[in-house]
Amino acid sequence: MSIARRILPPLASGALFGAGLAIGGMTDPSRVRGFLDLFGNWDPTLAFVMGGAVIVMAIAWRFQTRMARPVFGERFALPDRTDLDGKLIAGSALFGVGWGLAGLCPGPAVASLALAPSDALPFVAAMLAGMALHRIVPARSRRTQPQGI
Amino acid sequence: MSALVGNAQPLHGLIGGVLIGLAAAMMLLGAGRIAGVSGIAARATGLAESGMSMSSAWAFLVGLPVGALVIAALLDLPQAEFASWPVLLVAGLAVGVGTRMGSGCTSGHGVCGVSRLSQRSLIATATFMTAGIATVAISNLIRGH
Repeated sequence: MSIARRILPPLASGALFGAGLAIGGMTDPSRVRGFLDLFGNWDPTLAFVMGGAVIVMAIAWRFQTRMARPVFGERFALPDRTDLDGKLIAGSALFGVGWGLAGLCPGPAVASLALAPSDALPFVAAMLAGMALHRIVPARSRRTQPQGI
Repeated sequence: MSALVGNAQPLHGLIGGVLIGLAAAMMLLGAGRIAGVSGIAARATGLAESGMSMSSAWAFLVGLPVGALVIAALLDLPQAEFASWPVLLVAGLAVGVGTRMGSGCTSGHGVCGVSRLSQRSLIATATFMTAGIATVAISNLIRGH
């Protein structure tokens, strides 16, 4: 029971997420690069994807504030940092460069592992190598922090 | 007109976005956690200590291609076009380092954080969008598009 509780909700969430990415065209890097091609042949599809997702999540956050605990968990474990630091900006800028180069970010890359393994696999492998590199290099300035926000 | 809109699919985009939002809402209200893919990928591979259990992280990651496969079986998705291997490797490396340094990606910052009006996420999202737009503009210039 506890295994099922731990596995099934995130599996369902991941599958729904992957389905949304595929329907929205985000598993096609050329479409993502088309969205970023603001000064060229702009494709606004991704704006609708992000808009739809943000609207639904904005409603979810309103529910969250009224809940004492999540449905399948003991407590909410959410990012609470409010400080703005150089790592946030530099890291996000570096991520944006990679996103623009390949038209892939982590979600669509992982979702593409089954659809286009020969293309998604090298990207995901390099991404994990990058994550490992970040973990090794600035070890002294690292601190434990909630991931995501 | 068509030059501006091109082959945009606003309705597909909106439906896909709503599904992504529902998936993130399920993670938030169900498990009490942020559906940030970069953080979950790091957690699953042991590259992050904090976060959901490793089994939950793996379950979410396995779900992503499963959901995409189901849609590919149901809909006639256009053939995806990927960059060359060297570009994929360099870009993947940048995305890996960048998302860890910046504490999130399009899902964690762009969807979950922006919808919460988190200042860190709003700034992160503005930054990676700007960097992405600049990267595409420069690479198009270099390739003579």
